[in-house]
This record gives sequence, C-alpha cells and structure tokens, in this order.
Amino acid sequence: MRDLLITGARLLDPATGLDGPGDLLVRDGAIADLGPGLAAPEGAEVVDAGGACLAPGLVDMRAHLGEPGAEHRETIASAAAAAAAGGITTLCVLPDTDPAIDDPALLSFMFRRGEATGSVTLLPYGAATVGCAGKELAELGLLHEAGAIAFTDGAHAIGNARTMRLALSYARAFGAFIVQHPEDPTLAAGGAATEGELATRLGLPGIPPAAEAMMVARDIALARLTGGHVHFAHVSTGAALDLIRAAKAEGLLVTADTAPPYFDLNETAIGDYRTYAKLSPPLRTEADRQAVVAALADGTIDAIASDHQPRDADDKRLPFAQAEAGGAGLATLLGVTLARVHGGDLSMNQALAMLTCRPAALLGLACGRLARGAPADLLMFHPQRGWKVEAGKLPGKAQNSPFDGRALEGRVLGTWKAGRRVFGA
Amino acid sequence: MSHPSKHLLAIEGLEPPHIADLLDLAESYALLNRSGKTQRDLLKGRTLINLFFEDSTRTRTSFELAGKRLGADVINMSVSTSSVNKGETLLDTASTLNAMQCDLLVIRHAQSGAPALLSQKVDAAVINAGDGTHEHPTQALLDALTIRRHKGRLEGLVVAICGDITHSRVARSNIHLLTTMGSRVRIVGPPTLIPADAARLGVEVFTDMKKGLEGADVVMMLRLQRERMSGGLVPSAREFFRFYGLDAEKLAVAKPDSIVMHPGPMNRGVEIDSAIADHPTRSVIGEQVEMGVACRMAVLDVLARRLPRNR
Repeated sequence: MRDLLITGARLLDPATGLDGPGDLLVRDGAIADLGPGLAAPEGAEVVDAGGACLAPGLVDMRAHLGEPGAEHRETIASAAAAAAAGGITTLCVLPDTDPAIDDPALLSFMFRRGEATGSVTLLPYGAATVGCAGKELAELGLLHEAGAIAFTDGAHAIGNARTMRLALSYARAFGAFIVQHPEDPTLAAGGAATEGELATRLGLPGIPPAAEAMMVARDIALARLTGGHVHFAHVSTGAALDLIRAAKAEGLLVTADTAPPYFDLNETAIGDYRTYAKLSPPLRTEADRQAVVAALADGTIDAIASDHQPRDADDKRLPFAQAEAGGAGLATLLGVTLARVHGGDLSMNQALAMLTCRPAALLGLACGRLARGAPADLLMFHPQRGWKVEAGKLPGKAQNSPFDGRALEGRVLGTWKAGRRVFGA
Repeated sequence: MSHPSKHLLAIEGLEPPHIADLLDLAESYALLNRSGKTQRDLLKGRTLINLFFEDSTRTRTSFELAGKRLGADVINMSVSTSSVNKGETLLDTASTLNAMQCDLLVIRHAQSGAPALLSQKVDAAVINAGDGTHEHPTQALLDALTIRRHKGRLEGLVVAICGDITHSRVARSNIHLLTTMGSRVRIVGPPTLIPADAARLGVEVFTDMKKGLEGADVVMMLRLQRERMSGGLVPSAREFFRFYGLDAEKLAVAKPDSIVMHPGPMNRGVEIDSAIADHPTRSVIGEQVEMGVACRMAVLDVLARRLPRNR
C-alpha cells in the first residue's frame, strides 16, 4: 500500500489535547508520523485537507444492527456504509439479535461479517444471559475468549437483581464489564413516553423517569457488593446522573454513556404522535436534557454512542404506542455532538474524546487516538459546513432519524480505515 | 361559523369562539330534532363512514342518526377487535376508504393518536369518535351543551369530573373544553387513577370525593373499566364504590340544584348508585344522549362546509 500524507489539516487528538495545524503520515495502515511540515515520502499519495479537521475515526460503543434476524431493517454491510459516512471506524454492536449472540460460534460469525465490510472494525458484545432473556448467565468466559468486548442484554434491562449480581460478579474473572439498559422493566411496562404533562395530554401510557434512577441505584449497590464494573447505557435523566456522579466519586467501577437524542432533543419532539421520536428510553423533559449536557461537560458521562436502532416504515407507521421505539443514529453522531461544541457547552477535544479515546480506553482498544503506531483510523471533517438531516436520504438502510429535518453544522469529508479511504472523494 | 381545521381530532387547540359556534349550531339542531323536522339535504350525495375499531353502540348509532338526518349516505364498518387491531390494518383501510371516495370519516380506535395518523393518509374529513386515552371531542361537546341548557352558561360553573381520569378520553376532552370556556374544573379520584401532572391541565385535583363535590354545579361520573381492578389500580369494586361511587350521601355536599352526568354505559353500583342514575330531576343522563345526536349533526355540518363541492 502506498504511503498517505494528509497535509494542511487541523490535527485534533483528544487523548493528548493536541489541536493545531499539521500533517499526518500513514504507512502500512498505521500512523507513522504527525506534526507540522512533514515531507512527502517518494510515491506517497498526498491529500490536502485544506484546513479541515483531522481526528481519530469515531468509536461508537453502542449500535443495534438488523443482522442477524432483521436484515430488512439493516444489514452489517448497510450499517458499515452509514458508519463510514458518519466517520465511525469502530462499531460495537449489541447482541440482542435473532438469534442472540450468546454463543462463541455466533460471535465469530459477527467478526467475519464485520471484516467483510473492509470499512469498519465491528466489535460484538456478548449476551449477558442466554438469549438475552435475563434468566441464566450466558457462557461469559467462552464468549470473552472468542472476543466479546463486554456483556449486555442490549435493549433488555437485566431486571432480576440476583441475575445482575451474578453477571457483575462472574464477569470480574475476565476483567469484563456489564452494560445495563437502565430502566426498571416493571415500572416501564407498556409505557410509550416519559410520564408527565405531555404524555397525559396525548393520552399515552407513561414511563416515570424514576424507572431509570431506580435501576441505576440498584446496580450501583450491586457494583459495590460485587466489585464488578457496571456501565449504564444511554443515560437520560438528571437523577440517574447524580447517582453515577456520586458512585464515581466513591471510587466504584461505574461508567456511563449517552446518545445524541438525550442532549439534543426533549420530549416535545414527539409532538403530535411523531413516531420517529419514539425512543427507548423515551425523550425526557428539558430539565433532564440540560442535566445530560451538564454531565457531558463535567465528565460524568464517559462516552457518546449513536444508540443506532434501525426501524423500517412498518415499524414506525403505526399509532404511537404500537410503533417500535428506536432511532437511526450513525450518520448524525458527529454532527449532533458538534452542536454542543458550537453551543459552547463542550470544547472540540472534550466532545471528540467522548467519541474516540474515552470509549476506546473503556474497551481496551488501541484506536481512538492520533499517535505514532496507532491504527490509521481517521476522520476528516469540516466543523462549520452545514447539512440537513432528511429521512429517506440518509446513508444506509435505516432512515428512522429522530433528527429528521434538523439542520446540522459539521460535515464528514473523509473517513479512512487502517489507512484506506472508505468515505469521501 | 368558523372551524379551524378540516378535521375534528381533538378539543385541545379549539378557541372559545369555535366551541361556542358549535354549541349554538347544535342547540338549533336539538330544537329541530324535537320538532320532528329531521331530514335535510345538507349532506345529500355525501358519504359518511363510521369506522369503529372498538365496540360501541351508542356513539356509532348517534353518528349514524346524525348523518342520516342530514341526508348523507351512511356506512358502518366495524373492524373486528378480535383480529389484529394493528395500525397496518388502519393504513390499509385508509387507502381503501380513499378509493371509495368517502367524504366524512368517523373513527374510533383503541390507540391514542390513531385518528391523527389516519387524517394524514385520507382525503376525507376525519372526526375522532374516541381514541385510546386521548380524546373524545363530540362527547365533550354534548356534555357542554347539556350543561349549558340546564345552567345557562359554562363560565364560572364548578364541574367535578370523578373516577378513572387516567384512562378516560372523555375526561381529557371535557377538561380541555370546560377550562377553555371558563368553568372551574375539578378532577376527583383515587391517586392511582389520576394522571401525572394533571394539575397542569388547569384543574384542581381531589382524592377525597366529598371535598371534590363540595359546592359543585355539575357532577360528571366516568365509567370504571373492569380491567382496572384486575390491573391492581383499584383493590375491588366495593371499595371503589365506598370511596368514589356517587350516592345520595356524597351528592348531598354538591349544590342542591346540581346535575349528575355520565357518558355511559354505566356500571351501576360501581361508580354510580341506581337511585342517582335514575333520579328524575338531578340526572341528565338521558338528555346527554339526545344532545349527542344534535352535536354530531353540528360537527358534520361544520366540516361538510369545508369539503370541496364536487369530488
């Protein structure tokens, strides 16, 4: 493979805080050098960034794909195309598929399918329980040996306290963490929107925000009991974030991510029964949205994940309570996150850290940074260039964006996977 | 005569003049109906379809009668609730109805927002005849007309809406209509049947029936669905009747000339005592049904005026 020299870039490495003009040299799929005034080796391909930002490719630690079992919604190949267009080079995929990824053979299927894309590193989670059904533990050791990055039941909360205790406790033996969908399933049962004035007006069954804080409180107690590591996915309420903040201060192994809808939208986005804005957890009040922004800014939240959930028209063109929850998120992950940079809540590197080096560190990955020897997974973007999110015109199969119609500033110009360009001219 | 939309999907969003116009028109239809002069040709050549995804006798019959009295061709379509009442059926039905060139579509559905979804897919004017736990606009209109005929006004009246508020579309539509028209609305029920943040709808919330009924001009009872008891929201029917059923003792704290209403069908001995339901002067439950036809005629009339002349 020819050497690649990207010149005239604004180099952004959130791991070191680097933010300055410079060039970057790629050799044999890895970053060979970076800094100002690099000379082009003979025969190298030279790309002029023209002042655009060059950052590590994004590490998305939470995405649902349709494969296996729901290929009509999204395949690994279509998701990979959407990821490349969104600047994502590492995609962690959830195991609550059909069948659930609860067997080493299924894990190796996922790895093979990921490698076949050639554009994204696909890292599967293993199921925490058999069939993601929340009853008996899956073979966490064998799954870990086969490459599972961590364990979770995906969008299914592990509701039984004893099961969660066992999972947290047993996973310690392999240094693995458990990702929880923090929502008490008995309180949330049948709910379609956050309980409160809006749900009351629309006549929709509500999910009290306390369903999230309760599960977080319980699992923090279990982390304390077991010494295990619990990671809370798509945290969306101030009450839960306060508990996580306190648990971190106590020194417990507690981490958390959130997803763009929870810091960019509030419950009013469901408006007149708009099913594209039906998510799980449901969109919250404006006060909770602001609490999520504050937790991004103060470091309580470790990572921003797309929480991509592909749905097709048949899933969404239904009365609100019957429609499936979930939003497409791969193509909008960067742009919606940058809105918080443009809004002054986060610095550029602070925002990028939650999309790159912080999730990478959590998952023990070498990617997510601009450093000599690191994989040349790269993202070039223009932070101000605008575009409009339009369902029907998004890359990939899934078009169910809760951001449909939203104008974003921040456009991906190019994505490289191990030095090979996978998106952009 | 003004109406702000092609459809009638909800009371929420209507302004006082819209509501007053509808009530005035309904009043005139009530008089016309009593005079026996029924058939008019206002809706001649128009097709009205009653599309009911939930069982209902009185509302469907009321719309049918209203349509026929105005000269429309009325067709009843009951979509079996035992088969899947999923939205696929709903949208498939929408294209069928469009092909039939239906002008006025009356829909009842178990899901909140189903009429709104349908209204985006059909050419007809859509009338919500009850959707899930969201709204039942024509019920609120007929209740308001009944109240106005007895009290002469809506403004300043104390109206107590009692029972299962959480699951009641009738309660929501009445709350919106009555607060818009200046009534003082109270909701009364056990905390497990009061929806979240209910006070933000502009009502006073009571969990003690006698306090809630004190000085009320109107006592509006709601039907308690049997499944609420199996769902554990209320321990038993007899306990509910003891604390929230309307009997003579509880009604005694309301104004002496207060009226008692119920949207039907009633659970006698659960939310209302038979002696009250059948009370010759206090109960206006029969009149509510009569006003239902008049209000639905008014709604059909107003929406038909916005329809294109020829299809």
